[in-house]
Amino acid sequence: MQVPSHVEYERPATVEEALRILASGNDEARPLAGGHSLIPMMKLRLARPELLVDINGLTELSYIRADGDELKIGALTRHAELLESPVVYEHYPIFRDAERVIADPIVRNWGTIGGSLCQADPSEDLSAAFAAVKATVVIRSSDGTRTVTARALHVGPYETVVRPGELLTEIRLPVRSRTGSAYEKVERRVGDWSIVAAGAVLTLDGDTIADAGIGLTAVGAPHFCAPEAEEYLAGKPATDEYFTRAATIAADNSNPVSDQRGPEDYKRHLVAELTTRALRTASRRARGEA
Amino acid sequence: MRITVTVNGTEYTRDVEPRLLLIHFLRDELGLTGSHWGCDTSNCGACVVWLDKTPVKSCTALAVMADGREVRTVEGLEQAELDPVQQGFMNCHGLQCGFCTPGMMMTARWLLDRNPDPSEQEIREAISGQICRCTGYENIVRSVRWAAENSNIGAAEASEATEVTA
Amino acid sequence: MTAIEEQPAPVGYGRMHRKEDPRFVRGHGQYVDDVRLPGMLYGAVLRSPFAHARIVSIDTSAAEAHPKVKAVITGATLETLNLAWMPTISYDTQAVLATDKVRFQGQEVAFVVAEDRYSARDALELIDVTYEELPAVVDARKALDEDAPVIRDDKEGKQDNHIFDWETGDKDKTDEIFASAEVVVKEDILYPRVHPAPLETCGAVADYDKITGKLTVWETTQAPHAHRTLYAMVAGLPEQKIRIISPDIGGGFGNKVGIYPGYVCAIVGSIVTGKPVKWMEDRSENLMSTSFARDYHMRGEIAATKDGKILAIRVNVLADHGAFNGTAQPTNYPAGFFGVFTGSYDIESAHAKVTGVYTNKAPGGVAYACSFRITEAVYLVERMVDVLAYELKADPAELRMRNLLRPDQFPYTSKTGWVYDSGDYAKTLRLAMDIAGYEELRKEQAAKRDGQSLMGIGVSFFTEAVGAGPRKHMDILGLGMADGAELRVHPTGKAVLRLSVQTQGQGHETTFAQIVAEELGIPPGDIEVVHGDTDQTPFGLGTYGSRSTPVSGAATAVVARKVRERARIVAAAMLEVSADDLEWEKGRWFVRGDPDQGRTITEIALAAHSTVELPEGVEGHLDATCVYNPPNLTYPYGAYICVVDVDPGTGKVSVRRFVAVDDCGVRINPMIVEGQIHGGLADGVGMALMEVIAFDDDGNCLGGSFMDYLLPTSLECPSWELGETVTPSPHHPIGAKGVGESATVGSPAAVVNAVLDALKPYGIRHADMPLTPAQVWRAVHNNPFRTDLAIQ
Repeated sequence: MQVPSHVEYERPATVEEALRILASGNDEARPLAGGHSLIPMMKLRLARPELLVDINGLTELSYIRADGDELKIGALTRHAELLESPVVYEHYPIFRDAERVIADPIVRNWGTIGGSLCQADPSEDLSAAFAAVKATVVIRSSDGTRTVTARALHVGPYETVVRPGELLTEIRLPVRSRTGSAYEKVERRVGDWSIVAAGAVLTLDGDTIADAGIGLTAVGAPHFCAPEAEEYLAGKPATDEYFTRAATIAADNSNPVSDQRGPEDYKRHLVAELTTRALRTASRRARGEA
Repeated sequence: MRITVTVNGTEYTRDVEPRLLLIHFLRDELGLTGSHWGCDTSNCGACVVWLDKTPVKSCTALAVMADGREVRTVEGLEQAELDPVQQGFMNCHGLQCGFCTPGMMMTARWLLDRNPDPSEQEIREAISGQICRCTGYENIVRSVRWAAENSNIGAAEASEATEVTA
Repeated sequence: MTAIEEQPAPVGYGRMHRKEDPRFVRGHGQYVDDVRLPGMLYGAVLRSPFAHARIVSIDTSAAEAHPKVKAVITGATLETLNLAWMPTISYDTQAVLATDKVRFQGQEVAFVVAEDRYSARDALELIDVTYEELPAVVDARKALDEDAPVIRDDKEGKQDNHIFDWETGDKDKTDEIFASAEVVVKEDILYPRVHPAPLETCGAVADYDKITGKLTVWETTQAPHAHRTLYAMVAGLPEQKIRIISPDIGGGFGNKVGIYPGYVCAIVGSIVTGKPVKWMEDRSENLMSTSFARDYHMRGEIAATKDGKILAIRVNVLADHGAFNGTAQPTNYPAGFFGVFTGSYDIESAHAKVTGVYTNKAPGGVAYACSFRITEAVYLVERMVDVLAYELKADPAELRMRNLLRPDQFPYTSKTGWVYDSGDYAKTLRLAMDIAGYEELRKEQAAKRDGQSLMGIGVSFFTEAVGAGPRKHMDILGLGMADGAELRVHPTGKAVLRLSVQTQGQGHETTFAQIVAEELGIPPGDIEVVHGDTDQTPFGLGTYGSRSTPVSGAATAVVARKVRERARIVAAAMLEVSADDLEWEKGRWFVRGDPDQGRTITEIALAAHSTVELPEGVEGHLDATCVYNPPNLTYPYGAYICVVDVDPGTGKVSVRRFVAVDDCGVRINPMIVEGQIHGGLADGVGMALMEVIAFDDDGNCLGGSFMDYLLPTSLECPSWELGETVTPSPHHPIGAKGVGESATVGSPAAVVNAVLDALKPYGIRHADMPLTPAQVWRAVHNNPFRTDLAIQ
């Protein structure tokens, strides 16, 4: 049986206490939220933290609320809550599209948004979705808070800018009008990681694209996004012709690698195909058509 | 580490290592072998139990995380009589080897508590994180539908009133 | 107890709730990992990270020093007991714990026994093994190359990786037909390596009692008696002192037939420590080291007329057996029952040659409901018929109709010597087409060729041969494949039936009681079915190859009839008439012409145990035993139709519908039969679309977890649509044929044929399973890839 190696465990009662413990544990202390990224790695003994800091009781970190021109999501929000949130769906259906195809209903009850983002798996759908939305995240330590963009959060496979002693506490989504979003994923089987996935957010000005956000999963896109394609789209008409060209640019600039999910040529094709589809749907939603 | 977990209404206090998985705590420490395990990667769902009324893959939770909380397992489904879900699985041949069954029933019970009249598609989605190798899922879905339709009558009446509906 | 116990059940065949369910729905099944004995220790296996390597040294000192470790066993330890190697079911040998080399990734190298499973796992990390890596043989097609590394250098004089050659059919006549045929189609078809993956992994609890010398082993085994005999023969333990208990099994599917090194190590561990030792493998061990299935590289050819009459079939197979030949099939059948590759068709000649080779992969091959390689044979012929249809631009259903065997041809001796017992094939295919609305589907497909989404309709017609088998021809390691049954009716009219077969979910506790009920009129609720404990049941070869109903079902009917005949004599004595004057209606013997003069089976049972005077030579009580030697195999068959929708832009396949019409002869409990079929159909979706164990160039196993080895969920499976026809087996006592593997046999071709049917507009006629989105997209672009190797 695959079981973890020895580990210590603490369950702080407050965020401050959690931050203190994490800071003193240095790199050997890991926050434990849903545990559905960390515990599997511990069972395979790919992760061997010395101390687990259980933050599941810190319910002050679990919320979804509109605050002026932002949607604020607490890091302890579970995948299932993001999936079912009417206010998130109203502004950013991309998250329902994505959450519906992340893991399975039981895992979604427990895995948290913060946990998934901090795991920084290159195939993590939420990372691409938040990148497409151009969200910002709040990182907190005993010394205070700082914000970074969701894109800047991720610096490489399994690597974020969150330091020992810090906790990602909140994700903020800008609320914009005339904005539509969508996520398209292809997987070998329900619940599997993406072979490739693409998320798109379009803000329209009349029939022109005022702003585009494109997130890509599982193709080695730095910071999970496709900036060249986004730049191309800015100011262009929101039509199929431009979507497909942007999608090709995204595909050309991505870095898929052959593995058992598929060969490189197929994955590169999927970048183009799924980016096009996501842009189309985002555009229809921006116009209130879908 | 000393933990106290309430399982199926009974409080248990035990000394455990923090690394002990919840599924092993239930099976090996408490002798509640009704919940099973079948994989290493949180894919199969044979281990599904409730933690504070929400299904969890107990192979992906630590027993210490359940300290001070409530767990419900298949052994706690039957109260004065069999739960309609259990009755449904028997009436509709929803089990063959029985290994995935406890997990499937715990998820079905949770689904029906939130959605008393689920469609076939909703049932399939609810159990989509759990594997069955024997039934091809057909009769599992029928079993849950039966439970949805027969939740208001008592189990004894249900088994007499119903011929084999599989 | 709830009222479920009192519900009315048929006294005999029919739909009834299962008697075993009350314990399972309460979580009170007892599986091997549920077994807890006082003082029990836990074992864990250290496995090789390399596919091919010399073992330079093994240092177990740190593991032995772990405070909770009780023993560490290596190949060297076992060598002193002559147990480092054990015979396989195929007359090869397999390492229990590696001595000289490791020959597949995941091979067993050492065994730790500790106080708890976590310490056992910790101790594995303390064992220091030094390996010297060797080049691995991964591509079966290169295993016989001149310069291929020799894997089995443990065999004296072995210079290559060849295991066997085997042929069947008439080569000359077949070649002649091919030489002059109007149409010849050829295709290379891979049935990739897959795995039965039952939800419960394999394991054992071994308990050796030093004082009594009795060894009790709880095992996940489909064949407890065969295991007992083999342990006696191999380990030199006296057979009467060995008890194998197969408790509740969480699925077998052929994965739990053979003896695994872990079982042997657990037994040795118990002998060495004097305590019970439990060993349960984890999922990666199950996928990487236990019996895989298939891995047949097949070159198929069909010779036909241009009107679509199939004349001959020719096949060449390269069989990848892994590092040890551990295939589980009858002795004389190294390629199992692949000989039924001639399918369900009326042809003139056939020939097949199968070459088995070693590779640096796990041993096995015969598993996963294959009916001894019939899955491979059926997939081959059903794919080839579709290839022929493609070339002739013929409708696949119509082409099959044209060639199916006719009822008047039965019993039919196939061109490879198999005697099919009964069949009315066209009727079954027609019914499947009616249920599917075949003509409407073809119209919808024609209208739908718009390039946005494609629709495919796949047909598969299969005949399989199950119920091994006549002991003259069929044995496993010399043990004939006849099975026993014992029936005892107690004084109060309740009965106990003891069987040699072993359920793993098939519902034997119910269906076998129903057979006795049908023959004797005792309600199934009053019949206890005992199985799985070798101390309590007669000898037999176990449950696999769909043999329970054809063999043990027959044994049960025969033994119940023996009891009925004894009851007749007792009734005659009670009524003071001649036995010939009595007639039977279910549950009682009565005097012909005077029906009020009768005795029920319950009354007879009491009398048989009492003082009633019986004729000379007739023994008292109401018991009988039987060993059933089947005169032939049985031949269930079916017609399957699958409808898929394919997204050519992504390659995703969605199974819209699946229609399955099975003919397994008489159905004892239709509810259970349908459940068996449902499960097998899901297997087909899985194998056709997502299941595969592939390897990279270094022999690393790429399917070693459920994240990599993907199984179908409730969302990939449609709601199965079943139909039935009933054509009894003429030689089986109750006309039943068995059905456990039918759906797994027939379904993969239906799904694959459907997908390729959808892709016809792209000019592709074959692509290998699994048809993952990547493979489908590549097929659309006429560039499918090999699925047994790592994707490049």
